[in-house]
Amino acid sequence: MADDVRLLIGTRKGAFIVQGNRNGGGWQVDGPTCEGWPIHDIAVEPESGALFAGGGSPWYGATVFRSDDQGTTWSQSSDGLTYGDDAEAPKIATVWNVGFGHGAVFAGVEPAGLFRSDDGGKTWSHVSGLRDHPSRAQWQPGAGGLILHSIVSDPDDARRMWVGISAVGTFATEDGGATWETRNQGVRADFVPGPPPEFGQCVHKLTMAGGESGRLYQQNHCGVYRTDDDGRTWQEITAGLPSQFGFPMAAHPRDPQTVWTIPLNGDDRGRFMPDGSAGVWRTRDGGATWVRSGDGLPQENAFVGVLREAMAVDSLDPVGVYFGTSTGQLYGSADEGATWSLIADNLPSIWSVEATTAKG
Amino acid sequence: MATVILPRSLIALFPAAEHRATVPGSTVGEVIDGLDARWPGIRDRLCQPGPAIREHINLFVDGQPAGIDASVSDASVVHVIPAVAGG
Repeated sequence: MADDVRLLIGTRKGAFIVQGNRNGGGWQVDGPTCEGWPIHDIAVEPESGALFAGGGSPWYGATVFRSDDQGTTWSQSSDGLTYGDDAEAPKIATVWNVGFGHGAVFAGVEPAGLFRSDDGGKTWSHVSGLRDHPSRAQWQPGAGGLILHSIVSDPDDARRMWVGISAVGTFATEDGGATWETRNQGVRADFVPGPPPEFGQCVHKLTMAGGESGRLYQQNHCGVYRTDDDGRTWQEITAGLPSQFGFPMAAHPRDPQTVWTIPLNGDDRGRFMPDGSAGVWRTRDGGATWVRSGDGLPQENAFVGVLREAMAVDSLDPVGVYFGTSTGQLYGSADEGATWSLIADNLPSIWSVEATTAKG
Repeated sequence: MATVILPRSLIALFPAAEHRATVPGSTVGEVIDGLDARWPGIRDRLCQPGPAIREHINLFVDGQPAGIDASVSDASVVHVIPAVAGG
């Protein structure tokens, strides 16, 4: 049916596949898959339709899972996902993000670094240019660790991409990863004295706007931002939101002016929905104004958070929006965030949400 | 060849792997290499840079805790056990 969707859910205890009709319901939950591993990010490769799930087991280390049958069976490989076999080499704890670009699969890891696979995840190679950046010696971890959590590829140019590293900032490459530069001008870092630094900003989520390759949006520890020059300068668009702090952000697939975010009450106030009232905020004018929707969401005693990869949109019209909470609730909207309904409850803590339609 | 006992959670990642396998090697490291030759990628699940056995994987040779350089004989039984500290 036209409104059938498949939601890929990464959780603290494995990946789940949730299928149903975004208007009619009938949601079916299958899982946990990926052997119950902690899954930080799960995504669909656009070209092949394969599912990729990145995570890390406290026993068995970091890996990337792949499924070619919509999540029924999985294989995994971390061949080459290493900073070297020397005893002093940093040990990769987990994969925080999987991304795609021009046939390649990318993995963002902890401690922060970028890896790419050109064979569908069978083998990996380190994009060493990023960790060769002269700022590397000064990278400090955020509360969640030194993590590379956002990977955005330019859909029109295979040489260009952006990555986000918590408490380090946004980096961009225009030569396929050989060299990188910081792209943090205009982004506040209130936790360090003095004017905003060149790097050290705590970017929480980078996402590319629909329809234009030059515009990016950013949810940061210290505000929400938009860039129209490939990240060279950022304009703050926090005004109108109840908090500068939050994690997830999802962009309309076609309209560059529309994006959704879920502000949380503050980095030192619990990091849950402001006033315990769940709400999703949407802009339709590039961040000039914001509108809140809580219709269908719990409006009291909702002391839940939503993590950076735990919100997604589908490609339908109107766009469906979905998010998962830190306490295992999965919500969805079939009307671009105007109204919401509970899709699933009692899942493990949700770390990642991806939405696909019956056609992919 | 040594007898290696693999845990369920590891076999789940390598469906062709056997719970009880006989593997050549005179050290734990060589045994792991032998496992990897049969089930590519299994070494990455057991070892971290060093190389060393992963922090939360306990490995026993004939009932004694063993590291990657520990000796193994043809009569040895090697147990691979996820540590209770993990998870």
